Amino acid sequence: MSCNLRKTAYELRAYALDLIYGAKTGHIGGDFSEAEVMTALYFSELNVSPENPEDPGRDYFILSKGHSMELYYAALAKRGFLDAEDVMNRYSRFGSPYIGHPNNKLPGIEMNSGSLGHGLPVSVGIAKALQMDEKPNRVYVMMGDGELAEGSVWEGAMAAAHYKLDNLLAIVDRNRLQISGSTEDVMHHDDLAARFSAFGWHVIIVDGNDMDAILEAFGKAKEIKGQPTVIIAETTKGKGVSFMENKAGWHHKVPSAEEYEQAKKELLEKIAELSEEVQA
Amino acid sequence: MNKIPNRQAICEVLMEHAKEDRDVLVLCSDSRGSASMTPFFDNFPAQAIETGIAEQNLVSISAGLAKAGKKPWCASPACFLSTRSYEQAKVDVAYSNTNVKLLGISGGVSYGALGMSHHSAQDFAAMAAIPNMRVYCPSDRNQTKTLTEALLSDSKPAYIRVGRNPVEDVYAEDDVPFEMDRATVVTEGTDILIVACGEMVLPAKQAAEALKDLGISACVLDMYCIKPLDTKTLLEKAQNVKAVITIEEHAPFGGMGASVAQCLLQNAPKKAKLLALPDSPVITGVSKEVFDYYGLNCEGIVKAAQELLS
Repeated sequence: MSCNLRKTAYELRAYALDLIYGAKTGHIGGDFSEAEVMTALYFSELNVSPENPEDPGRDYFILSKGHSMELYYAALAKRGFLDAEDVMNRYSRFGSPYIGHPNNKLPGIEMNSGSLGHGLPVSVGIAKALQMDEKPNRVYVMMGDGELAEGSVWEGAMAAAHYKLDNLLAIVDRNRLQISGSTEDVMHHDDLAARFSAFGWHVIIVDGNDMDAILEAFGKAKEIKGQPTVIIAETTKGKGVSFMENKAGWHHKVPSAEEYEQAKKELLEKIAELSEEVQA
Repeated sequence: MNKIPNRQAICEVLMEHAKEDRDVLVLCSDSRGSASMTPFFDNFPAQAIETGIAEQNLVSISAGLAKAGKKPWCASPACFLSTRSYEQAKVDVAYSNTNVKLLGISGGVSYGALGMSHHSAQDFAAMAAIPNMRVYCPSDRNQTKTLTEALLSDSKPAYIRVGRNPVEDVYAEDDVPFEMDRATVVTEGTDILIVACGEMVLPAKQAAEALKDLGISACVLDMYCIKPLDTKTLLEKAQNVKAVITIEEHAPFGGMGASVAQCLLQNAPKKAKLLALPDSPVITGVSKEVFDYYGLNCEGIVKAAQELLS
């Protein structure tokens, strides 16, 4: 299963690459860093259904780093919430509902975002409502690491621990780069685990591009009672394309024709390699 | 003298509904006392949520609760709620279309001598500029109760501003003329139209009586619905008068008066005077002293009417 999921993560990357190249806009670096976590969420962890997106028993997912939308479109389309071809043809085009950030008029998207630092506090509200009604559903929120400079994140972190929201799982896509460069130069978070821990959270650190490690962390998070859990997913920005990896410039750069061909070739080779592993 | 402030009237209505509907919630940011919500917190602890002094969190958490089916009323001083958490109101409430009722308490210059940090003279303008956000400012406790009932029956975002102090009744307790999103005609008149909201409705009503003695017939509209503005009633009543006065406890920009002027200019231009707070920190004093200083009272309206009609 894990091998299949690893392949899916690369298929989502390939779709996101096409979206961005086609529309000439997008945030490719963060799309690629979060691919494994998003795949693990949408193809293993989340209890969600494209047939009934508003099912009151569903798990809730909030993409707080809303600019990483192309990978989210890829996941929602492959999972059956959206029409892959329609998204591909209309993403970011005039009059399209497929904008560059989450649009909750689309099935499967809970809340609009785009302004950073909102996802965690909103997720606290959802988790609090589920806790009040003693419901078993869980709430998942994906944040970026640059986003953690927003004070509202820490207001939410404080409240989640205060309310003992063990139905809330936050994930930090810790790719260590933001638009201006290294997160550690812009506004450092090198003591991130200690910070969340000090706020009363259970902290799990994993290699966020390692599918098995992510799935194991999701399992462990469910065992934690009486406090919220954060998974610090140590990832590589631009993961999967050699010349994009760990380059801040690829935060929202659109590839040239040559770069697109090269990136697509690398992703397809990886997909073929993982297909062979799946069959073996 | 009425002793019940509008905020307390809201708490009473919410408690009535909370008995029957466990999804009715109140959230405060260390503001339950100022919001008159202490009885709600004491009687419905399972439906009351404290967020601490964190207005951004207060609004985002409310949006999340609403997303999961709750009916949160989010009560915090209007000065902080409308601007400190402005982006949360815009993105998490209005843009995401969550059923959050933002209750701005101690609005306008209610906090008097505490100064400009505690005054909310920009809240109508700020909130009304957000798509999908409605803005209300009821005049007395009786209209406040009726409006609260109406808002509990819908599931759309709204911002409601109430003042801190009890104000005299404009309407009888058992007979509140009210239609949702329709201005209330307080008095009919043919020479001049006075459009007021919130605590300015009472002086407008008093001014109409004073003007009557001077031979001037004034129509008074209680425009508690600042957005959506009731343009239908406004244009109907403005049609035959010679001039229009607006009066509000708000900055001179982007408030109820500006919206009224915008509507009239495009449909039925009239001579007009827009009475409002100044574009500066207001003079130190309690509400009445501040209103009197800037002519936001019966005398100020009468004077403006005489000038417009001279």
